[in-house]
Amino acid sequence: MLGRKIARHSVAIVGTALLGGLLSATMVRLAPGFDTDEAQIDSHLNSGSLRALREARSQQNNILVFYLHSLKRASQGDLGSSLTLHQPVSKLLRERAPLTIQLIGVALVVSWVGAMTMALSAAGLRLETYDAIATVLSGILLCLPAAVLGLLSVLWNTPAALAVAAIVFPRDFRYARNLLGRAYSMPHIITARAKGLHELRILFWHVIPVACPQLLALAGVSVSLAIGAAIPIEALCGLAGIGQLAWQAALARDLPLLVNITVLVTLVTLLANTAADLIGSMVGSEPA
Amino acid sequence: MTTLTVSRALPNLVLCLCLGLLTPSAFAQGELRFCLRSEPKTFDPLQVQDDASVAIRYLTGGTLVRMNRQSQVLEPELAQAWKVSKDGKQITFKLRSGISFSDGTPFSAEDVAYTVQRLMDPSLHSPTGDAFRSGPGNVQTKILSPTQISITFPAPVAGLDRQFDQVAIMSSKSTKKEMAVLGPFMVADYNPGATVLLKRNPNYWKTDEQGRRLPYLDSIRLDIQPNRDIEMLRFKRNEIDLINSLDSEYFDKLASGSPQLVHDAGPSLDSEQMWFNQVAKAPLPGYKKAWFRSAVFRRAISDAINRGDLAKLVFRGHAQPAVGPFSPANRFWFNAKLKPPVYSPDAALTCLQTEGFRFDNGTLKDRGGNAVVFSIITNSGNKYRERMATMIQQDLQRIGIQVRVVTLDFPSLIERMTQSFDYEAILLGLTNVALDPNEEMNVWLSSSENHQWNPQEKTPETPWEAEIDRLMRLQSASSDPKKRKEAFDRVQEIVVEQAPFIFLVNRNALSASSSSVHGLTPVILAPQTYWNAERLSVGIMEAQSRP
Amino acid sequence: MKTSRRVACAVLLLVLGVSLCAKLVAPAGYARQYREAADAPPSRQHWLGTDEIGRDRFARVLYGTRLSLLLAPAAALLSTLMAAVIGGLAGYLGGIFQRAAMTVTDLFLSLPWLFLLITVRALLPLNVSPLVSVLTTFLILGMLGWTSAARVLCASAASLRNSDFLRQARASGIPGARLFWIHVLPNLKPVLLAQFWISIPIFILSEANLGILGLGVAEPMPSWGSLLKELEGLVSVGEEPWKFVPLVLLVAVVTSFQLIVSKQEEFAV
Repeated sequence: MLGRKIARHSVAIVGTALLGGLLSATMVRLAPGFDTDEAQIDSHLNSGSLRALREARSQQNNILVFYLHSLKRASQGDLGSSLTLHQPVSKLLRERAPLTIQLIGVALVVSWVGAMTMALSAAGLRLETYDAIATVLSGILLCLPAAVLGLLSVLWNTPAALAVAAIVFPRDFRYARNLLGRAYSMPHIITARAKGLHELRILFWHVIPVACPQLLALAGVSVSLAIGAAIPIEALCGLAGIGQLAWQAALARDLPLLVNITVLVTLVTLLANTAADLIGSMVGSEPA
Repeated sequence: MTTLTVSRALPNLVLCLCLGLLTPSAFAQGELRFCLRSEPKTFDPLQVQDDASVAIRYLTGGTLVRMNRQSQVLEPELAQAWKVSKDGKQITFKLRSGISFSDGTPFSAEDVAYTVQRLMDPSLHSPTGDAFRSGPGNVQTKILSPTQISITFPAPVAGLDRQFDQVAIMSSKSTKKEMAVLGPFMVADYNPGATVLLKRNPNYWKTDEQGRRLPYLDSIRLDIQPNRDIEMLRFKRNEIDLINSLDSEYFDKLASGSPQLVHDAGPSLDSEQMWFNQVAKAPLPGYKKAWFRSAVFRRAISDAINRGDLAKLVFRGHAQPAVGPFSPANRFWFNAKLKPPVYSPDAALTCLQTEGFRFDNGTLKDRGGNAVVFSIITNSGNKYRERMATMIQQDLQRIGIQVRVVTLDFPSLIERMTQSFDYEAILLGLTNVALDPNEEMNVWLSSSENHQWNPQEKTPETPWEAEIDRLMRLQSASSDPKKRKEAFDRVQEIVVEQAPFIFLVNRNALSASSSSVHGLTPVILAPQTYWNAERLSVGIMEAQSRP
Repeated sequence: MKTSRRVACAVLLLVLGVSLCAKLVAPAGYARQYREAADAPPSRQHWLGTDEIGRDRFARVLYGTRLSLLLAPAAALLSTLMAAVIGGLAGYLGGIFQRAAMTVTDLFLSLPWLFLLITVRALLPLNVSPLVSVLTTFLILGMLGWTSAARVLCASAASLRNSDFLRQARASGIPGARLFWIHVLPNLKPVLLAQFWISIPIFILSEANLGILGLGVAEPMPSWGSLLKELEGLVSVGEEPWKFVPLVLLVAVVTSFQLIVSKQEEFAV
């Protein structure tokens, strides 16, 4: 049963990721500036070189042909070559993945632990002052542009993962705080409290099971939030990760690189969310 | 008298001895660190286009001749001597002997022939090569001896010898291809997205006046860092030693605390300019095309822009109002007879009235009663251009013109500029590396694709464009510097009269360097600070301060 | 809580009131360039100093507040509604609907929307008025910003689907649509409120970032986002603390919103 479920999910994930690749390729193709190159305004180039430059780009004009061709190559293990960095995409992704995985991993752990600790204490303790402080703190982090957080991490010599965590934290905190707050205010939990049940028992036996599916869904979404946050931070702090690569590819309309990164990001997003769904459906089958 | 001299000379002698003791250790090591603002797209010196790759080519490539960035005079490098034929088609180089590439492969005339043939290969589409392509036909190289070569081009190439400043010689035999270099440094490590590490080339041929091997530096670490704020932060923290093309606001901030760290070398060759769309097939209403194609309208706009304020506010005084296509920094080619622009909204209005425009209730209207409204697009992320556009917006409001400022990402802007022609006015800058007007042929010839205000005209659409075409071809075909100068002086006059480009300001060459870097003499030509990289050293101060 | 809520209301009203009276408080307007006094520190004429081209910072903050304070919550409301409908319905209906909606959500989370925005810019004429440009921007932000919340909402609605009270309601013959609006949606309120609160500052900042694509507020009109962008020159801002005022104001407004909505949340329970 579980095996079939996993197989069904795997097929859906791969299918969706490929669809994501096609959609992103289409979006890039339709956006203006696709077949232009900065070099086109280099006054040294004569008309022959400019024509060659345009022709090199126009090879990808038919997006369906490009995509099918890329898929065929990908099935043989070749992800194509970056237009701007002139290197195989697979090599670029392989080289840069460890940094991004580490960045996102640390950021997720830090933001999640921080958000849950604060949300639990704010919802559980019900201290207004504490709640207000937590709200203001997360509010400040939410209001700071990603670029400023990146600059601060450079200024204070802190790991860039903290900047990513600072972007993800307030979002996680707010959802978690509200979800737990709601759970704590349910009649049976209020009754349990009135009866003098131990706080930890209330938390683990009554609150968490109620909020679990939503919190798991939030955990899944956090992965995409962290990926989104890693892009500006890596680009700004000069970290050679996939986020920086995505940023460069987007600016230069590097289609092969962009499509592969989208497929990768879609895969990771789907895996995280599907895993959250699966665990949620196993753990939190109890209705609220 | 003698005693006095000795007593004066003695401390100097002691100082010299001390310095002499210090110097070898100081010169023997040191790493210079600075930032590249983008990823280098190639290490192949013949395919270089982007600034980051140009920087690496400058530091690693050995050239036959090199323009001294300070004196603006061409100096011998790998070529001891050279001669250009009278018709400007042929150049003969006498090469130095006993020189090797960084990998030990010996250098000879064969390598020059290989490099030139590869450079001129039409399928390579080298921007450096395109600058030599003045007519149809193939280039011919003739090796006269291992140290002598003559190169013949199918048509005269103006400023032929100067063009070789950009040609880094590649080895014809080395298996390391572009990684075998003749310049002071070689690429030792490249970590994409992060750093390029250059190490001293052990086989570099040059020595200094005392016979010491150059370069002094052991290595140069180039960090890839597009963000200028972070670059500044790292400079303040002493993590990098240099900032090239420093932002004017950071210049002032640094200057207020430690003026010895910053250098303003004066107006550079770079210019900021705006132009109107004069393309006949552009998707614009007819009346707008008529404004933009009117020289009176363009000149009036030029008169109504307060360039002094642009220089003073946007660049905090570290820029000069631009006079014409060439900056006064280009000592030989700048036309000194051009009159500096005068800000005069009244004159602009009077001028516009002669063309049928009228100032009606705070709004300028054309003959047909259409209010004069247009948009200026510029590339996003460049705060100076955004500010200039906003100031121009207010300047033009004074004569009743409503301007909308739109910032676009670069590819979108290029598409509008070169393909769809769906724009009204563009504000951009031109980074000038070369001094010779011949390098700008593709901008001024009306048939060219980079003739930005109206590219690829089948025949010149206006008499003044025809005249510019004629004069540019004339200067290009001539090898007489005086005749060339006369022709280009006239081109500059026509451009100022007709204002196809409205030149706004010439930015000053600003830079910052840490006090531990020695030998720096920042100049206006790129690369401003490290043009004499082989003679720079780092760390002598540290050696002195050590207990 | 009462006091803090009162303070929050007062802050919001004050900020809104002053910004609506911007014409009276800062008569010079946001666009006028005092070129002789560019980049000046605070003074009696310019309470928050002037920017690089001599515009009064105080006036810009007020006019920026007006725009961002009206449009960002509107866009946040739009995204919250979309999340409620898409996520809530998917979770409530379950089965194929849930799977399809969540696949679409996941795709939305991963696609490079930047290019859609670039295309939108290309479709708009260059001479579009600043107001149309900014309205379009916030509309797009509202329409793209629902994804994260939709997933959490879907999980919430799915866990409600089989709850006793819904079973009872269904058994008593209440139609599905009514059931969704009356019984399911109110239970999703904590997530909806979180989404609303988070979206406001995110949209305000995103609007400024979209400036790089030629969308968002066009010069010379100010917005909070464009004023906050100044903080990116942090190296110099540190020496000029008055440049932090837009940030302080935004934090104050966002916190006030939260304090008010958190009270709502308590009422909802």
